[in-house]
Amino acid sequence: MSATTETIKLPVGEITVSRKGTGPQLLLLHGGGGSIADHPVVDKLAEKFEVIAPSHPGFNGTKIPDHFDGMPELVHFYLDVLDALKIDNAVLMGISMGGWLAAELASINCARFSKVILVDAVGVKIGGPTDRDIVDVFGIPPDEAAKLMYHDPANARDMSTLSDEALAAVAGNRTALGLYTWEPYMHNPKLPQRLHRVTAPTLFLWGESDGLVTTDYGKAYAALIPVQNLWQFQKLDIRLTQNRQSAS
Amino acid sequence: MRTYWFTEDAYHNLPPQDEYESIRVNLPNSNFDPERGHELYNWYLDMWCMAESYGLDLMNNEHHQTATCMVPAAPLMMSILARETSKARLLLLGNPIANRRNPVRVAEEMAMIDVISKGRLECGFVRGVPYEAAPANRTAHRGSQRMWEAHDMIMKAWTTHDGPFNFEGRWFQGRQINIWPRPYQQPAPPVWITMGGRASTTPVAQHKHVGAVFLAGYPRIREIFDGYREDYLKMHGEHAPFDRLAYLGLVFVGENEAKAREGAEKLLWYMSANKVPGYWSNPPGYHPPHISAQIMKGARGGAGIPLTASLDDQMARGNVFAGTPDQVYEQIKSFWEYSGGFGNMLMMGQAGFVTHEETESSMKLYSEEVFPRLKELEASTTPAEAWEKSKAMKQRDNVPLDGFALEFVR
Repeated sequence: MSATTETIKLPVGEITVSRKGTGPQLLLLHGGGGSIADHPVVDKLAEKFEVIAPSHPGFNGTKIPDHFDGMPELVHFYLDVLDALKIDNAVLMGISMGGWLAAELASINCARFSKVILVDAVGVKIGGPTDRDIVDVFGIPPDEAAKLMYHDPANARDMSTLSDEALAAVAGNRTALGLYTWEPYMHNPKLPQRLHRVTAPTLFLWGESDGLVTTDYGKAYAALIPVQNLWQFQKLDIRLTQNRQSAS
Repeated sequence: MRTYWFTEDAYHNLPPQDEYESIRVNLPNSNFDPERGHELYNWYLDMWCMAESYGLDLMNNEHHQTATCMVPAAPLMMSILARETSKARLLLLGNPIANRRNPVRVAEEMAMIDVISKGRLECGFVRGVPYEAAPANRTAHRGSQRMWEAHDMIMKAWTTHDGPFNFEGRWFQGRQINIWPRPYQQPAPPVWITMGGRASTTPVAQHKHVGAVFLAGYPRIREIFDGYREDYLKMHGEHAPFDRLAYLGLVFVGENEAKAREGAEKLLWYMSANKVPGYWSNPPGYHPPHISAQIMKGARGGAGIPLTASLDDQMARGNVFAGTPDQVYEQIKSFWEYSGGFGNMLMMGQAGFVTHEETESSMKLYSEEVFPRLKELEASTTPAEAWEKSKAMKQRDNVPLDGFALEFVR
């Protein structure tokens, strides 16, 4: 299924968005690996939804606005994105870092969203100060980090086989991920006190083999959202990284 | 010409390199024996005092969570030296202010050292090497911009004497800033900033700060020094004095060539011991994506130093000056003329397993037989003449750094 891609000017900065399919809106917020608009799972979603898949600034070769220092700027930037894309009664789906972004947006104003789906989301601190809730992906070799994100590690990209161009794209995405998640690492200490505002039915979708954030983390995260959520475990290649065929 | 004697205060008594993954960030401190540490700290302090006795100035620095440098707080070592010495200029190069949470604290510490030492502080500011991002837990993004904002805050704190002011920047804020003490040197201690590439020279030249370059060697020194000189001339309408530029190299002088080589080989520990996996060298936001990609691909280090190169290679690059006094003078003279001249030689004179006796012997030979000739060399020409002479020399590109450039040795 072919996607249309456009770059939309915003009051501050711009956003590149891919769209696929027709039906109710589904806003898909990607994780640290970059846009998954070409992933087969999006084709599946596009059979029932208009899948709207923006690239967060800095990912997929896009520019990071000069005033960005971290996730708070991205969240507020997305308020403009929601306006520009006329998001209304949409399913909000966020994966990993995009799940964090989705939780932030839904906690600011859930009126635009009919449902929320958080896939292996980060964004909250569950344990105590010395509990490493979320693996430090910047403190291990990138190929090891990639393997944590797949049910079958063999599906992880082999960095050594990538072209210089492809590797620079991976590096660019890693740079953007670092900007949004470095400190506090992959979470917002204030978010748990805001999640009561997520009033749409929320589905937590977790890969049981997730090596980055465990299912226990996912369960504790889910408990912070009052509108009781459905809860599924699947053998999921959680990071849904570009061009992988094995999401199931 | 001044020479600042430097050791990075290594804790070099480590297990074999193949028994640990990284000398930086995650090497467990069970490898640090406090008894040995006590000896080493005091030994390094003694060496600096010895350097002063040979007429040299002193340089120290800091790094964190690493055996390459036992000093996580350069101001602590420098404050001891402020008391223990009486003549030497004290160069702290530098305070990693992109990673520091509170620049006002840095302004206070530096002012205090300046007062204790009666105005002998030379105050360096650096962005910090990439391996500092994890220990500092500070994002590497916009590190240079953060460094300059902290710099502005510190300069304002040093030079404001009529009570509190406010500084409300993007990253650093204070609204009742009024440091006690103020610096001894007026209006402020001399400031040094490290320069890693052409892009970094402009603000340094603009402020007339000293621009210091570490180990750029023949391949890159002119790009950086010329950049500084061009900026300085354009902004200030005069040539940058020699004392505005500094170069750090490894220096070992022996009474004969064999002893010099033996000492220099030991000095190379500084490079060969720097075992660091790519992910510590490559925090997101430090390098542009194409460099980051090369490191991800497995290029060594990320510091740009050809860590595995031989002594001869390092000497050919202009990173190491080693030999008899005559030879070392000729090597530094060659580099000095090629570079267009600089007024500050930063001499890494001790590293790793170089002994006290070897260090002193090299230091003495340098100060008595090399340094006086370097002073004459500088006095024999002008910055404008030296620059012209340099421009007439062909680029030495037969000694490329492997992989990528030296943007990052700070």
